[in-house]
Amino acid sequence: MTDILDLSLAAARRALADRSLSAVELVGAYAKRVEATRGLNAFITETLDHAVEAAKTADQELASGDAKPLTGVPIGIKDLFCTKGVQTTAGSAILKGFIPPYESTVTERLAAAGAISLGKLNLDEFAMGSSNITSHYGPVKSPWTRAGDDRPLVPGGSSGGSAAAVAARAVLAATGTDTGGSIRQPAAFTGIAGIKPTYGRCSRWGIVAFASSLDQAGAMARDVQDCAILLQAMAGHDPKDSTSAPLPVPDWSAALTGDIRGLKVGVPKEYRVDGTNPEILALWDQGLAWARDAGAEIVEVSLPHTQYALATYYIVAPAEASSNLARYDGVRFGQRVPGKTLDEMYENTRGAGFGAEVRRRILIGTYTLSAGYYDAYYLKAQKVRALIARDFREAFQQVDVLLTPTAPTAAFALGEKMDDPIAMYLNDVFTVPASLAGLPAMSIPAGLSSDQLPLGLHLIGRPFDEATVLRCAHVLERAAGFTARPQGY
Amino acid sequence: MALDQKTVARVAMLARIKVTEADLPGLATELSGILGWIEQLQAVDTSDVEPMTSVADLTLPMREDVVTVAAQRDAILANGPEANESFFTVPKVVE
Amino acid sequence: MTQLIEGRTGSWEVVIGLEVHAQVISNAKLFSGAPTAFGAEPNEQVSLVDAAMPGMLPVINRVCVEQAVKTGLGLEAEINLVSVFDRKNYFYADLPAGYQISQYQQPIVGKGRLLIDLPDGSQREIGITRLHLEQDAGKSMHDQHPVLSYIDLNRAGIALMEIVSEPDLRSSEEAAAYLKKLRSILRYLGTCDGNMEEGSMRCDANVSVRRPGDPFGTRCEIKNVNSIRYVAQAIDYEARRQIEVIETGGTIDQETRLFDAGRGITRTMRSKEHAHDYRYFPDPDLLPLVLDPAMVARIKAEMPELPDQRRQRYVQEFGLSAYDAGVLVGEKETAVYYETVARGRDPKVAANWVTTDLFGLLNKTGRTIADPPITAEQLGGLLDLIADGTISGKIAKDVFLILAEEGGDARSIVEARGLKQVTDTGAIDAAIDAVLAANADKVAEYRSGKDKLFGFFVGQVMKATGGKANPAALNELLKTRLQG
Repeated sequence: MTDILDLSLAAARRALADRSLSAVELVGAYAKRVEATRGLNAFITETLDHAVEAAKTADQELASGDAKPLTGVPIGIKDLFCTKGVQTTAGSAILKGFIPPYESTVTERLAAAGAISLGKLNLDEFAMGSSNITSHYGPVKSPWTRAGDDRPLVPGGSSGGSAAAVAARAVLAATGTDTGGSIRQPAAFTGIAGIKPTYGRCSRWGIVAFASSLDQAGAMARDVQDCAILLQAMAGHDPKDSTSAPLPVPDWSAALTGDIRGLKVGVPKEYRVDGTNPEILALWDQGLAWARDAGAEIVEVSLPHTQYALATYYIVAPAEASSNLARYDGVRFGQRVPGKTLDEMYENTRGAGFGAEVRRRILIGTYTLSAGYYDAYYLKAQKVRALIARDFREAFQQVDVLLTPTAPTAAFALGEKMDDPIAMYLNDVFTVPASLAGLPAMSIPAGLSSDQLPLGLHLIGRPFDEATVLRCAHVLERAAGFTARPQGY
Repeated sequence: MALDQKTVARVAMLARIKVTEADLPGLATELSGILGWIEQLQAVDTSDVEPMTSVADLTLPMREDVVTVAAQRDAILANGPEANESFFTVPKVVE
Repeated sequence: MTQLIEGRTGSWEVVIGLEVHAQVISNAKLFSGAPTAFGAEPNEQVSLVDAAMPGMLPVINRVCVEQAVKTGLGLEAEINLVSVFDRKNYFYADLPAGYQISQYQQPIVGKGRLLIDLPDGSQREIGITRLHLEQDAGKSMHDQHPVLSYIDLNRAGIALMEIVSEPDLRSSEEAAAYLKKLRSILRYLGTCDGNMEEGSMRCDANVSVRRPGDPFGTRCEIKNVNSIRYVAQAIDYEARRQIEVIETGGTIDQETRLFDAGRGITRTMRSKEHAHDYRYFPDPDLLPLVLDPAMVARIKAEMPELPDQRRQRYVQEFGLSAYDAGVLVGEKETAVYYETVARGRDPKVAANWVTTDLFGLLNKTGRTIADPPITAEQLGGLLDLIADGTISGKIAKDVFLILAEEGGDARSIVEARGLKQVTDTGAIDAAIDAVLAANADKVAEYRSGKDKLFGFFVGQVMKATGGKANPAALNELLKTRLQG
């Protein structure tokens, strides 16, 4: 038998079902792997003892035929999902020690589907970042390194812990959240698959909010099929979230037909900006060629307002964040730094509890919402956002799915790009437009850079048409045949 | 749009984030840089555009008027820094 | 109507606009499933949403929306079929999320009006600017500990209707009349219990002064005054204060002031000295609230009769004076009481008994119309005995007091105590015989022309019959006999 850790989620599920593998063996193997990869700093809180216990129960269920879709499957949970009785930090000092008395809808669904959590995965503080360096609990290291260069690389962010843990085979799959690219960009950096479904597909209830109109949970796994399986268990209408879509969830695994003949794949011409890394452009062309070879029709489309997406995002997201993060005030939960007056306590608590990037975004957001500036910034951005969404609507009258690169570069080293916030923000240039429009989008590993780092391709679909995104991604994934593994892991 | 230090201090006060005098100049430069960058939006003609209220193409769902929450004071107060058995506490406020 | 205040340098007009926060009657809170009952132990009625725990989301309560629509219709206001919830951002210890979910640019209810009742029985229209839905904050207690304030979130998240008036009020009396009328409408509608002591109706008053005919002056906002009497006191004090400031060469700063009930003054609020910048923006956790016109139509069809309509009906159908009608409809319970008494009886007689005897009794006993010493059914039974001639009006007053003290029903009391009117002419004749025999001298005087003595004889006969003689029969018989 192959190494247990080499089984995909789908394969592991089959092995559990036919009892050729026990949940105790599977979870035990992953628990060991979690310990062996601690150097990556992917976990903030491990729950291995609990997982091993849960595996025993899972085996009883498997034996008695009571197995659910994910019974016995070891996964990791981004530490932005509130988990009952288990510390939830959002990567921030201000929430250190916070033990939620409740469980997020998504993780509750995963538990109800039988998944077993190995712990809470590291992330950029409050999911604000593209590198995982803003976590109070230390940066996550990517399991990948450049050929001939062992400087540690970032796993991307904000779901960097999730990405690193999946890539290093410390979990079979992981939850992520994506506000402007936080699932897709780290998936691309670490050579795994990651899908952000349509806004409203997964409940936001119990997920620490960053930017409410953009935040969406999604799945990160080794391949497209595993993403489909995990997302299936996460998604669905939740009456506790007013923005949750009251729509049935289709069978996404069944959507993976391998057939995209006649599918119209759009290429947004504005994404081909001057100065884009030629390796990235080459991979993009390769992706289009794979699609064409599989019988899809390639259509050039125009998204004229896409060039304004990043600036729009960096108004909308910080504005919402400045309000969402007002509740971290040292009164009802989390850390408090004393002060003589109430205001002094607030200022001390929030000054010390938030890291530099979070403080920066709160200040930007506070400023752009403040009297006299609201119209020029926030309102303007929401108007441009409406235009960006309209561009997509029009494009999707011509095509079924859009194909772009996921990120403008491969992973960078810890310490690079750290001084200039705007240079860092540019990481999200390809992922942010779909976020602003609330569209489903997915990154798949598609190739390697010249220094042997993974590069991703990015698919964007119509609202609630994750099925087409997954189907197309699945075909491209097979064509790419990406098998590279991180050196040393 | 360049932010002066006074504005940064006012915004920090509004956001209740302590910023030391020493940090003000650097922060003002940084925030001015970001604001200058997002200024590019002013180039977009949005004269006939309604601002987006939500990407979800839905109207507000309503729940029934039913009490679904049992008394749970201990759970509510459990994470409160310096909460006592009945209340959250803060430094005394003079109205 | 202008009511001017005389200052040292001339007359001043006071301009008042009121913002009333009315707690919506509902089982659960506006955005959470926590209960709303008053008087629970601290922090026992708090949901995770109310405490703004990380990741918690609001879901709106349908009944709160319907109550706001109903109130809007009661104020003859525009109902906005699309409205938007915004976040009003500010930090305070009893505001858990750091923002209040409110409605800013697009409230659920737009312009309306309310008629205030003036002492002379006339009415005056006051404009309603808007009504919007918002969450209440929690409660801070500053007197429980030497260096700490205590926070109770039971109230946090309860639905409030903020009802804003135009600056149409011109005196503290008008402000009081506005609050009374608004409270009356809310109670008729069943959308707010109007209880100011328990804080379910709170009032902020915007007060400014100006020379008659001048533009509005700078206003001060007086916060959270918890009775109608205090609102009037606070306005009177504040108007005087502003006049004094201006007349001594000062200017009014736009500011928030607190009413100190103990000293009867307003003072600057120390804790709100920061320049406010609420940074309103549409709450991204909520979508636009779109009302189904059918829902609005249903609520409209189910609207109860409101005080002004009732008052008009009393005048037209019952022939009551505008004043009496106004007194009877002010409290819904009074109107219901009155209508029970008046049903099938003379409405004017019923109105007299309710407004004089019953109100007098309530005053004397300190009871309320909700808990009256005599029920409407008891009073109705009493009026029936007058109407059918069983007792006189005078005896009825005594029976009324007996009913109040001992309970029971009027007929049994009259039977048991033998208070029934004597209409038997034989019995009255016998009494007349006795009285005439005992007062032969006075009979002679009467017959020689001293007519005034008739009253004396009536009194004597009445006394002899224990007050029970039917006055009409007595008069008739006595007159005949004296002429004899």
